Amino acid sequence: MLSVRGLHAYYGKSHILQGVDLDVGDNEIVSILGRNGVGRSTTLKAIMGDPQPAGEITFKGGAITGRKPHEIAHLGIGFVPEERAIFPSLTVEQNLLLGVKNARRDSRWSLDETWKLFPQLKERADAPGGALSGGEQQMLTMCRTLMGNPDLIMVDEPTEGLAPQMVERIGELLQEIARRGISILLVEQRLVIAMRISHRVYVMGHGQMVFEGTPAELTAAENIRHEWLEV
Amino acid sequence: MIEIIVVSTLNGVLYGMLLFLMASGLTVIFSMMGVLNLAHASFYMLGAFFGFEITRRIGFWPALVVAPLLVGAIGMAVERYGLRRVHSHGHVAELLFTFGLTFVIKEVVEMIWGKLPADYRVPGSLDFAAFTLFSSDYPAFRLFVLLVSIAIFLALLLVIKRTRIGLIVQAALTHPGMVGMLGHNVDRIFMLVFGVGVALAAVAGVIAGPILITQSNMAGLLGPILFVVVVVGGLGSLGGAFAASLLIGLVQTFAVAFNVSLADLFGSTAAGEVLSVWLSDIWRVTVAQVAPILPYLLLVLILIFRPRGLMGTRDT
Repeated sequence: MLSVRGLHAYYGKSHILQGVDLDVGDNEIVSILGRNGVGRSTTLKAIMGDPQPAGEITFKGGAITGRKPHEIAHLGIGFVPEERAIFPSLTVEQNLLLGVKNARRDSRWSLDETWKLFPQLKERADAPGGALSGGEQQMLTMCRTLMGNPDLIMVDEPTEGLAPQMVERIGELLQEIARRGISILLVEQRLVIAMRISHRVYVMGHGQMVFEGTPAELTAAENIRHEWLEV
Repeated sequence: MIEIIVVSTLNGVLYGMLLFLMASGLTVIFSMMGVLNLAHASFYMLGAFFGFEITRRIGFWPALVVAPLLVGAIGMAVERYGLRRVHSHGHVAELLFTFGLTFVIKEVVEMIWGKLPADYRVPGSLDFAAFTLFSSDYPAFRLFVLLVSIAIFLALLLVIKRTRIGLIVQAALTHPGMVGMLGHNVDRIFMLVFGVGVALAAVAGVIAGPILITQSNMAGLLGPILFVVVVVGGLGSLGGAFAASLLIGLVQTFAVAFNVSLADLFGSTAAGEVLSVWLSDIWRVTVAQVAPILPYLLLVLILIFRPRGLMGTRDT
């Protein structure tokens, strides 16, 4: 589905990504783990085209390096940013509708389904997005991206700052997304969730991948965990 | 007295609505694109001169439609082929670009129409007294300007609140990057917003031209006031721009109408003698005389006490 080779990206003069290699297969859940500041978020943003990266990114067989974010979105990649970027003055429903890219095409997700999965959001459909709690905002931002019917969704730190119960809900939603045949590229701080739901995991350090394998293999690789994950 | 208040209120609201026609575009362009368009008032001037020229050749009603469309098209071209390229070099380059543009437009206008005021008159079909207020007639054209401004304000509100493109514009006010990542072509929306924004300024030019003076310095006279409106209202807030436009319109009109000085107010009181010495510099200055600087005084006060403006949401 997605293949990344030798990805480089800069913020100003800082060389954030220094040759990232990464693959996500059809219907696969892949996680990128690592400490803060090693470039995990930047990897997702660079795939999305902002900042403009150098390197080779192919999605569903076609090269997408150098494309604009909105073109990449139309090709079928959805992005859920860490800062959530809820439109605060718009209502919950309006936020969701903005996720729709092409109203004429059939989507795996509809407003009704979102309401069914998240009755809380339906109750607050007319409330401004800025008035939601952190957990509700996370639900909203993920559902908004899903409304665009992506084939691959990239989710950046969805459980950050959330209560344990909400973390569970996010974990369930991610698995529900996968059940509908959507690939997931997840950046996570909490090992528990990532290790439980991922098919494969990468560990990132200083702008490059330093480990690739199954969650079981990562559990076994004590030196990798010690050097790149544990604080 | 009541006559002065009623007439000043009408004129103040009229002037305020004209300001809003221009400030609305300026504030939306700023908050969406981060571009402070110093040339915004120049597009207002272009609107006035295009309106004058088309009125002379064809008539006022076609001018009211065609001039804003032309100016909007020029605006879109400026965004597409100028600003968008300059954008990647940062804000200073953008500011310099729009600053330079004000001179280009001014020079072009002077080359074509000269430096003297153009003979842009109220169209005959609207040149009569709408009603008589106390002892004076209120011109129908002024009423027309007021109605056009209000109609455009309502239409703008409807588009922004009720249409999909309006939703996207609202969303792009806070998180333009995210709007792009959701699959909306932000560049195209920027171009459209820039075009519509300057077209609104041009509408103001077409209808204000006959009342104010259509001259090559009109952009320079009005530009600074526009920035006051946008800052006082709060950057990026349409509601704020509306409130600030009316406020400044009313303040300026009322100030001109009241020929009162400190001497008139306190001259007969016991403290009058002392005050007249202490405040001798401004003792006999009338409110009407300081009217032109009142908006800037307001600007300074707002920047000191409420830097984000009346209704601003961003700290930029």
